[in-house]
Amino acid sequence: MATEAHGEATGLSFHPMDQFIVRPLFSDGEVHWYTPTNVTLWMFVIVLATLALLVMGSRGRAIVPTRGQSVAEMAYGMVHKMIADIAGKDGLKYFPYIMTLFMFIVFANLLGLLPMAFTVTSHIAVTGVLALAVIVGVTVIGFVKNGVHFLDLFWIRSAPLAVRPILAVIEVISYFVRPLSLSIRLAGNMIAGHAVIKVFAGFAAIAAVAPVAVVAVVGMYAFEVLVAFVQAYVFTILTCVYLKDALHPSH
Amino acid sequence: MEGNIGELGQYIGVGLTAFGMGFAALGVGNVAGNFLAGALRNPSAAAGQTATLFIGMAFAEALGIFSFLVALLLMFAV
Amino acid sequence: MISLLQEAAHTAAEHTESVASSVAHGETETATGLPQLDMTSFGNQIFWLVVALVVLYWIVAKVALPRIGAVLSDRQGAITGDLMAAEEFKLKAREAEAAYDKALADARAEAGKIVAANRAEIQKELDAAIAHADAEIAARVAGSEQRIREIRDSADNDACEVARDVTAELVRAFGGTVDQAAVDQAVDNRMRGALQ
Repeated sequence: MATEAHGEATGLSFHPMDQFIVRPLFSDGEVHWYTPTNVTLWMFVIVLATLALLVMGSRGRAIVPTRGQSVAEMAYGMVHKMIADIAGKDGLKYFPYIMTLFMFIVFANLLGLLPMAFTVTSHIAVTGVLALAVIVGVTVIGFVKNGVHFLDLFWIRSAPLAVRPILAVIEVISYFVRPLSLSIRLAGNMIAGHAVIKVFAGFAAIAAVAPVAVVAVVGMYAFEVLVAFVQAYVFTILTCVYLKDALHPSH
Repeated sequence: MEGNIGELGQYIGVGLTAFGMGFAALGVGNVAGNFLAGALRNPSAAAGQTATLFIGMAFAEALGIFSFLVALLLMFAV
Repeated sequence: MISLLQEAAHTAAEHTESVASSVAHGETETATGLPQLDMTSFGNQIFWLVVALVVLYWIVAKVALPRIGAVLSDRQGAITGDLMAAEEFKLKAREAEAAYDKALADARAEAGKIVAANRAEIQKELDAAIAHADAEIAARVAGSEQRIREIRDSADNDACEVARDVTAELVRAFGGTVDQAAVDQAVDNRMRGALQ
């Protein structure tokens, strides 16, 4: 093919998906479920980063906060306000859980942007488990709190009786699409951003377009930093929205 | 330029799904633009609606990401 | 984007065909297909994700959030306390201002009193001095008048003496005998009218 020939001639080689390969850390063998892999490593780094920010940062318990403590307090305040505003005061019971999700995703996204890093949130297996944890949790909370009335979420009483079954079908479908859209949105954003950066970096091998490629990589990188944060924010805010549906299904 | 007709169809399909992402971009731009227009008319109400803005952008973007997923599946899984 | 993915697919395909070419590219491992769809690594990822999430949840729920929450509520308390203290200080400042104003007014009144007292004292001294001076002046005037009267009296006597002598001599010259008593009487009668 033409592109292939071109690539061969100029020595261009794109491997934008190589960065997502799950590799064992200590051996070249099979990846078993217990094998320490780069996934393990980076999840460990995420946990350490959260520990450093939230625990080490607030070590001083200062009334006038240090820089690290301010950031920790800002994250706390942001998630706290998000839950209180969207899910209501009774949603604050689940604050630690939502905070855990937020810190995990935001650090996974941001640390994944480091050169040579592995982005755990770019894997559908990971984001799928995160999204399922949210949806299953929220559904269980909804049934425990409201019993059968939780099904009012699908049976919209404000609509005319004739269209209610149709709406119910649509609502049920949209309810089951939620985990899919949560996980695919996060993973898709991460895959796309990292692959684009990698492709631009590949173009830097051609001297003629190298400056353009470097500028493009810098621009995409800045954009990806923004996207990394926004996706964590969106995941958290949608969790709050779903939690609100579970706590107050009638609205 | 050798190859089989199935591969050709696969690549054409992948190219077509790229349109889906383009339309998602239109949608996200629409959300952001309308938010800005509303926010400039009533700046005092804008601060409270940023969460809604992000939710709207997330929904608009999610559908574009779905087409991206379809592209990936066509490329690698079919 | 998608066309670039095609590139990836091609290079991946290349790799499966000949390992040598990928070694020439300096790659040790190349993705065959999408790594995200590689089911064999799912178990591994999910296992480690669950481990990480449990650890993270423990850290966040048991250590981080209580601590940050405590710090924030402490700060809220400190701010409220400081505001109340500030209110108290304001009140105190107001009191101090009132006290200052009062002290100032008192000092002014005191100063006015002192000035008045001084003025009265000075007035008294002045009055005394004036009275003293008046008395002295009166005494001197009296002395002077006395002396003038004496001088006038002596002058009168002298004039009477002279008149008597002159009268006696005139009487003698006209050949009369000088009755000293009659002369004196006459001269005194005449002189009383003249001198008064």
